Amino acid sequence: MLAFTLRRALQAIGVMFAVGIIAFSMFRFAGDPVNQIVSIDTPAAEREAVRKSLGLDDPVPVQFVRYFGNAAQFKFGVSYQFRQPVSALLMERMPATLELAICATVFAMVLGILMGVYSALRRDTLLAKLFQAVSLIGISLPTFLIGILLIYLFAVTLGWLPSFGRGEVVKLGWWTTGLLTLSGLKALIMPSITLGLFQMTLIMRLVRAEMLEVLRTDYIRFARARGLTTRAIHFGHALKNTLIPVITMAGLQFGSVIAFSIITETVFQWPGMGILFVQAVQNVDIPIMAAYLLMVSLIFVTINLVVDILYTVVDPRLRSTIGRAA
Amino acid sequence: MSVGRTLFAATLAGMLALTMSPASSQTLRYANQGDLKSLDPYSLNESTTHAHLGHVYQGLTARDKDLKIIPALAESWETPEPTRWRFHLRKGVKFHNGDPFTADDVLFSADRVRNKNSNMQTRLAPNVKVVKVDDYTVDFVLPSPNPILHSSWDVWYIMDKKWAEENKAVEPTPVSATSPSYASLHENGTGSFIIESHQPGVKTVFKANPNYWGKMEGNLKEIIFTPIASDATRVAALLSGEVDVIEPVPIQDISRVDSSPNAQVLKAPELRTIFIGFDTVRDELLYSNIKGKNPFKDVKVREAFYKAIDIELIKTRVMRGLSTPSALMIAPELFALSKEFTRPKFDPDGAKKLLTEAGYPDGFEVTMDCPNDRYVNDAAICQAVVGMLARIGVKINLLAQPKAQYFAKVLKQGGYQTSFFMLGWTPSTMDSHNVMNDIMGCRDDAKSSRGEANLGGYCNKDFDALTDKVLVETDTNKRNQMIKQAYEISMKDWAYIPLHQQALAWGVSKKVNLPQRADNLVMFHWATKKE
Repeated sequence: MLAFTLRRALQAIGVMFAVGIIAFSMFRFAGDPVNQIVSIDTPAAEREAVRKSLGLDDPVPVQFVRYFGNAAQFKFGVSYQFRQPVSALLMERMPATLELAICATVFAMVLGILMGVYSALRRDTLLAKLFQAVSLIGISLPTFLIGILLIYLFAVTLGWLPSFGRGEVVKLGWWTTGLLTLSGLKALIMPSITLGLFQMTLIMRLVRAEMLEVLRTDYIRFARARGLTTRAIHFGHALKNTLIPVITMAGLQFGSVIAFSIITETVFQWPGMGILFVQAVQNVDIPIMAAYLLMVSLIFVTINLVVDILYTVVDPRLRSTIGRAA
Repeated sequence: MSVGRTLFAATLAGMLALTMSPASSQTLRYANQGDLKSLDPYSLNESTTHAHLGHVYQGLTARDKDLKIIPALAESWETPEPTRWRFHLRKGVKFHNGDPFTADDVLFSADRVRNKNSNMQTRLAPNVKVVKVDDYTVDFVLPSPNPILHSSWDVWYIMDKKWAEENKAVEPTPVSATSPSYASLHENGTGSFIIESHQPGVKTVFKANPNYWGKMEGNLKEIIFTPIASDATRVAALLSGEVDVIEPVPIQDISRVDSSPNAQVLKAPELRTIFIGFDTVRDELLYSNIKGKNPFKDVKVREAFYKAIDIELIKTRVMRGLSTPSALMIAPELFALSKEFTRPKFDPDGAKKLLTEAGYPDGFEVTMDCPNDRYVNDAAICQAVVGMLARIGVKINLLAQPKAQYFAKVLKQGGYQTSFFMLGWTPSTMDSHNVMNDIMGCRDDAKSSRGEANLGGYCNKDFDALTDKVLVETDTNKRNQMIKQAYEISMKDWAYIPLHQQALAWGVSKKVNLPQRADNLVMFHWATKKE
């Protein structure tokens, strides 16, 4: 077991390193950061001085080794645009992104499961068909379009919800939250829906398919034969067994919710890490880009690692095969 | 199911209950496309940053609504001799922390702005001596006369020496610093607003300065600035009344903002001139099918290109009427004699004939470099140019890239790797000399900084001789005549194809009265907001 965990952890480090190499080599095509730092009429000599002070005139391998040496100690350097440490900037923006991702996931889970169960149980009703149609829209419409449509409906036309930002936030230590103020809650609604819509439709479709599968199994038939109430059969037995793959998927998807919040954050000017990354790309702010990519890959790798380990804990069959393989 | 329906109803009811609360009056909420990245006034030479910081910091001089130079921290100035400028400082001015403003602060700011970490070194030449005469008089001693010494000083903001020393902010934050300096997160200016809170990239709150030395024309008590990068969201925020002012309004949204009941778009020509240039230096173009020679060295080819471009069509189709075609490389507002110049007429047949005379009856192929996220509709303008030149037989391969890649390729550091390009330029000094020196001067002398932004390398020694004379001529009329003469030379050479000035477009709530300045600095000192 320990050997397995260690091996997986080593693999994870390998993945991180590969991401680092790919990211670092891509930055060379992102443009020249010095041009973004100085203005167009800055004399060439002054530009060279800036380049030198950033160490950008060193050979690429030297820059790479220096960067990874620092990254291993969680030193990500200083943002070219903000002249502030990248780690501090990311920490400052993280609560916004996590709060949005969590709200979006909760929204997706709750509505997705409800709609999935309903459309499995009442397959032929009009509402179930409507849910299917909605899920198609959710899967096929791009996120930014949904966001802009919501803004025009609820912010511009109806004036119910704010079109941008986080509203008033409350500070709890280093964490900032919008969940404790009215304007903060209002500001969360549209971005959460936009970000969670795709997950919601995914969960709805998964729940529906799993539920239909489970309802056909023998133990459900026996339960019916024993005369249990429909409610107990559907929610006590069928739904419970449906939820295992759903929870697995939602867990794995949480990583991509965080990573893909980039678009939602841009549309709603949500002050999280995603919009920080987009602005960093536009301004060739390499320290932010690198740190963000490494962080996202860390989230993915960690979630996968935890899931792998949990599987072996939960499922004894896996443990025995691992034992043999080792 | 009933669960779902209840939930839906509950959500709807919730949304209804949460209606927007009205904003208090005299608080102006402002959204710009860009961020306020640093509060240090010398760390970024960029107009949006200058505009923001212009609320809290002030220079010795300022510019009024019509860009005329007016006194600010200096009450008056004179030039007792051509190489000595004397500034009389305003008395009784206090920085936001209560420190008095004196000549020492000017001397300190002069050193700091010329520090190696400053991004504003061009504001004051290194060989200018700054001499304190008394506490409220400062002399600037120049090595040679310079009639435009103070022309870009409206954004050379004066800082408090004592405050900077106390907070270890004597030097501007170097780009390679590992921790932010105090001055990049705090301010201490003399201006009419004080920054109450600043979260970079999120929100900045300005409060009116109760101890301001002057009288503020406007009635604002508070400005809340939020960056909104997405065009659609910024417009939506204005239309829904969540913000009062946005900059810029994307061209395609102008009519929608104008037709809304609570907002309008303020439009004016911007000072930036958009133009097209040619590589006239290399003996063979980098990106062309003509080998062994450079067609752009032939003045007839340049003239043909100029005449093939239908600037009115670009104005009506690409810019939707929001551009001012330009005959000069400088905005008419910045050159008194600009009315004496007219743009040569669009003449595709003449262009075709010229091209034949030059020896290219079937045209040729060349790559055009163009940014796609820097100027208003930049890539679309280039596409239009491609189509227009195709009609005289020239095949343009368009390479439109984000500014980060574009500038890396075409600027000096990239080795001027371009054959044919589009660029925009605003002279930071608001004066022709900057245009003549930086983008039209010969770049053949490696030791001089002349022509460093002259991407095509246009070079005419007669022109350069005039540039040098313009720099030291103090008689305005004579100086203008020299500038005129220089522009005539460049037009005869068909050195560049000036296209137009793009339009400024600010979205402003109907409750707000905001004068629009042509340099695109959004300044709220003189803004008023109705209840």
